[in-house]
This record gives sequence, structure tokens and C-alpha cells, in this order.
Amino acid sequence: MSEHDHHHHDHDHSELSETELRVRALESILTEKGYVEAAALDAIVQAYETKIGPHNGARVVAKAWSDPAFKKALLEDASKAVGTLGHVSRVGDHLVAIENTPGRHNMVVCTLCSCYPWEMLGLPPVWYKASPYRSRAVKDPRGVLADFGVSLPKETEIRVWDSTAETRFLVLPMRPAGTEGWSEEQLADLVTRDSMIGTGFPKTPGAPS
Amino acid sequence: MNGVHDMGGMDGFGKVEPEPNEPMFHQEWESRVLAMVRAMGAAGAFNIDASRFYRETLPPQVYLSSSYYRKWLLGLEALLLDKGYISKDDIAAGHSVAPAKSLKHGKFSIPDVERIMVRGKFGRPAPAPAKFKAGDRVRAKNIHPATHTRLPRYVRGHVGVVERDHGCHVFPDTVANDAGEHPQWLYTVVFDGRELWGPDSDPAIKVSIDAFEPYLEAV
Repeated sequence: MSEHDHHHHDHDHSELSETELRVRALESILTEKGYVEAAALDAIVQAYETKIGPHNGARVVAKAWSDPAFKKALLEDASKAVGTLGHVSRVGDHLVAIENTPGRHNMVVCTLCSCYPWEMLGLPPVWYKASPYRSRAVKDPRGVLADFGVSLPKETEIRVWDSTAETRFLVLPMRPAGTEGWSEEQLADLVTRDSMIGTGFPKTPGAPS
Repeated sequence: MNGVHDMGGMDGFGKVEPEPNEPMFHQEWESRVLAMVRAMGAAGAFNIDASRFYRETLPPQVYLSSSYYRKWLLGLEALLLDKGYISKDDIAAGHSVAPAKSLKHGKFSIPDVERIMVRGKFGRPAPAPAKFKAGDRVRAKNIHPATHTRLPRYVRGHVGVVERDHGCHVFPDTVANDAGEHPQWLYTVVFDGRELWGPDSDPAIKVSIDAFEPYLEAV
């Protein structure tokens, strides 16, 4: 652990006790006033922990890779197309799928807060909500990709989507080579969360996971 | 408002540091804060834009030095105090000492959980025809509203091209202040990297925002 990390660690701990007391107090106030049932708060947390996650997005991407009609429908109206898959968590009306091609790589950010397609990808990771990503993604996306160990040819267009409204963006990465004849389940295992944000690629067949 | 939350294009925050195998919550209290925000919003205490606005109005030094869910907690407290759902006496006592205020949608209970796991609908019938269509060149207005807006500073005054029309949506700039939904046409507008960042910008980058019609003017 670097000194930098260590400093943050200590800071978090001193912040924690005060914050934790404050959170508990607020929860008592809200439940005592009859605004919320404590058990309903537990149920919300449980729903986030169990119902959403990148497995949902991965199923959608794998289907788009396998089924050209679904892919077409997804790119035309992602909310509607995802709605036809009963097993995937329900999304709102404003999901947009954006396709990576050899000439264009898409990357999603929310510079103003933390907008993210959580039904598809789960809750956003800390880096997505933190200042370095939010500040640099729109100005120096290639530099940001380098932080993820991702590099693209310099002629590849990088298109950054700043999520400034209630539209939510899901990147449809390119299907990895060497996956001909694979089932949707096999393909879904290659789809990473970051590949659907645009800060990574799907896994390569045969590579250690 | 021109707050520190509007970070697009700022320098000096350092590298992005992904955390391998990151847990959904790093501390248990984070999950309670998330749940309280979702529950109180669904119960009708506030809308999503109001909750964003209260985080944006945290003092800049607090915003920048607080963790994500700490900002959510501070924003939630401030919002509930402002709207009269809780009092300073409640906070000081650490439990409820003042009378409750009635909530638009009533108490948040277990059967309500399923409803909040589906994203809200923001599309509304169009009150007027769209002013712009795909392919139109538009300028992001040079405006600086002092309250909530979703027009980031880094595009203001710059020219882009309308790429998609998303229909009419609730207007964050008014709904955040309880001043009504005032639905507006929403467009994806694409800007060339050099238009935003000058001649030294990477020529192969393009950046889009989703812009409400009042943010745009014809070129």
C-alpha cells in the first residue's frame, strides 16, 4: 500500500465514526416519524445487492452478438428491445445502446454527477463517480483509457457520451474474434462491466479470467 | 449553478484508479444512505433533480473532500431540513422530537421497493413542435443559471450538431426548484474535440451531451 493510499485509509476511518452516527440518527428520525419502514430500507439494499449487476448487461450484449435482428432492435430502441427479454431486469424508457466499430470507440461518463445504467451494470464503481474520471473523460479520453491500460489506434474516433439527462447509455462492444459458434451463455462470460462503459474490452477467448 | 460538481474539462485531479473486485458498498452505512435517499424520494419528499441540486450546493471544499455517499448524506439532510420533513432539533437529539410532515405518496413500505427498482419515466407529451432536427447545427447558449441546470460549462458557447431527438422530457432546471416539469425537447448534440478544447485537442475525439431545447440556439 502506498503512502497515498494509507493516508486515505486513515481519513476514511476518522470520517466513518462521525458519519456512521449521523446515518444512524437520520435513519431513526425517518423511521420514528413514520416516513419509512426500516425493513423496507433493508429490502432496498437487498434488491440492489441481488437484482442488478453487469450480468444483465452482459446478457443483452451476448444476445446482440448472436442475433442480428435483436441487435438491430437494440440499436433502434434499447429500452424496448431489452424489455422483450423477460429475464433481464426492467429498464426505464430511456436506454440507448451505442455500437463500437473498428472506426469508432464509445465511452460513457457523467461529468455532473454519477448517471449510469444501473439496471444493466449495477451501481457504478467509485472511479466512475470520482473527480479524475468525471473531469478528464471529455477532454482527454485517450489519457483516461491509458489509465485502464487500454489503447486504440490514433485514427480511431473516440466518442464520449456525457450523460447529462435521464437517457442512459450502454456500450455494445465488438464481438471478440475466435468466438464463432459460441452460445449466448459462453459469450456473456466474456462481457466485462468496463467494456459496456467503454473503458475496457471484452475478455479474449482462452485468456485467464 | 457554476459549482465544482461541473467538472468536465478540469485538470489536476490525477489518474483514474480502478479498484479490482470492488464491493458494491465499502461501508455498511453507505447502503443505508442509498436506501434512505431512494425511499424518501419515492415517498414524494423530493424529485431526483432536487436531490442532485442539494448535493451541488454543498460548499465546494466539502463537495471535493467528501466521499460519494457522504455527499449523499449531507445533501439528504439539507434537503429534508429545508423542506421541513426533519428539524434541527431532531438532528441535535438524534431521534424524532418534532412532529412529522405528511408525504405526498405516504410511508415508504416493503411493497414499494419493486417500484423503485424500475427507472422512472421522464418522457412527456410535447407542448410544442421541436425546433431542431438531426443534422442541424446549434450553439449551446452562453447562460449561467444560478440554480440547477444540466448544461455543463465546457460546452457553453460552442457549436455542435444535433444527432438524435429523444422526444420531450421533464426539464431539470425547473423541476429541481419545484417550479413544474415544463417538458422540453431533448437532443443528443455532438461537439468536435477541437471546437471544445482548441486546436491542440486530439482531432479524433467527439463529445456529446443530451441538451434540452432551452439550452440551444440555431447557428
